[in-house]
Amino acid sequence: MLRLRDAFSLPLVSASEGALRNWRRTERAGLAALLVVFVCSSAYAATVVSGHDSIPTVLWRWAPLLLWGFLFNLVISALSMALGTVAGVPLGIFQMSPNPLVSRPAILVTQFFRNAPWLVLLFICVLLLPFELRIGTLRIPFPDWVKAVIGFALPAMANVAEIVRGAVLSVPSGQWESAESLCFSRRQTMMQIILPQCIKRMLPPWMNLYSLITMSSVNASVVGVTEMLTITTQVHAAEGSRPELLAPLYSFALICFFIYSYPISKWTEYLELKYQVKE
Amino acid sequence: MTEPAPFRPEPPAASPRAFVSLRDVHKSFGNVQVINGVSLDVARGQTICIIGPSGSGKSTLIRCINALVPVNSGSITVDGIEVNDPKLDKLALRRKVGIVFQQYNLFPHKTALQNIMMAPVTVLKQDKAEVEARAHALMKKVRLSGKEASYPGELSGGQQQRVAIARALAMRPEVMLFDEVTAALDPETKKEVLFTIQELAKDGMTCIVVTHEMGFAREVADHVYFTEGGLIVEHSPPAEFFGNAKDPRTREFLSQVL
Repeated sequence: MLRLRDAFSLPLVSASEGALRNWRRTERAGLAALLVVFVCSSAYAATVVSGHDSIPTVLWRWAPLLLWGFLFNLVISALSMALGTVAGVPLGIFQMSPNPLVSRPAILVTQFFRNAPWLVLLFICVLLLPFELRIGTLRIPFPDWVKAVIGFALPAMANVAEIVRGAVLSVPSGQWESAESLCFSRRQTMMQIILPQCIKRMLPPWMNLYSLITMSSVNASVVGVTEMLTITTQVHAAEGSRPELLAPLYSFALICFFIYSYPISKWTEYLELKYQVKE
Repeated sequence: MTEPAPFRPEPPAASPRAFVSLRDVHKSFGNVQVINGVSLDVARGQTICIIGPSGSGKSTLIRCINALVPVNSGSITVDGIEVNDPKLDKLALRRKVGIVFQQYNLFPHKTALQNIMMAPVTVLKQDKAEVEARAHALMKKVRLSGKEASYPGELSGGQQQRVAIARALAMRPEVMLFDEVTAALDPETKKEVLFTIQELAKDGMTCIVVTHEMGFAREVADHVYFTEGGLIVEHSPPAEFFGNAKDPRTREFLSQVL
């Protein structure tokens, strides 16, 4: 693995490693800046304001509730991604079907949801889906957060479908040819030869998509789902809407998302590098 | 070896002794005519080599034989099965015809042994233990015993190509097609692959070999075909072909490569 890299692309790799080092420096600086803003704004607010609870006290008081809201964001994004993946993988495969009755609708659905604004899809799902499902006497409640999960799952599905399609197309055609000459059916080739090779290729973009979905889960606050952003706004109101609380409260939300997403993006970066060298 | 069928510009019905028979095969991709009426016969147990400049339609020609590439017109029969037939039973045809490619095309996520076992077990539903025993025997035959658990990425090009040969043989084909199988290999590893094919030919396997290896063609082939512009320009037994080529195009090609 390493030998191959040394033999073929040493100058290229070292150049990009230089760029990577620069980028890392910038990244660290940005992270530091974010913390400085948070600390300074808290400190500033703490010095100016008297007669109220200090900012750390306020944050400490509300942290459990805010974190509970954040957990809800994570649940929404994880469920959306799971649902989007379960629907997106077959959709991606159907797009490549030799049968136009299968491929055409799959392509249409994918393109439709891939090119629709996420917020609009979210509004449509939350406002147009019924609040409960009635099957005979059975009533399945359909709370807003479940509708939001569906709202996020639709674009996730379309993007997963494209990730699958891209990965399948990136497998050399010789694999299909040799499978065909060994009497494998199209289905057997796809399931046993092509898709297993795709998992590695799909993982980095899939994780990237998950990260995006997590970020955009705060959009659910717009449609009234009680997630972290909603709670942050409510906490601010409960503390008398003091302007000096704005920066610390919203920074807290930012930092929560950052701490969660940053390792994911780092891991994605690592996987990309790893698979790129190995193949 | 049996005597090769004489070349006839106007192809009659297939010779009854031919195991693989091509009659006036035409193939075009869009406006590009790749094969312009090729006829040839291969008897059971015979080895033929097809040589010719790049782009002369050699690879397409052998892909037509196992229906990887559909032909436009003409007839191809393998052991009596007509390939150019919309109702062709591809499974029956491809069980008889093994093919090895220039780029090996091993399945990278499977070990060498799994590569060999996969098709017989999953497609033909053969008994796994029996297939595994056969796969070990095949690994031994291509002199790769001990490499069963290696993944293709851990093997050299020549080793991968021999696994690919073993993988094709695991389907118990009656004719083997080789599509420039040594073109991507360095001279050292070429030898071991060519030797493996030579052994196969000696064992009586019917082989159709597209190659640029003139030494191999001279030594192993029962008959040599020279193609250019989608046509067979000249064909004869190797001694005559390499010693006394008649067509000026053949002579020019040979003077460049020998």
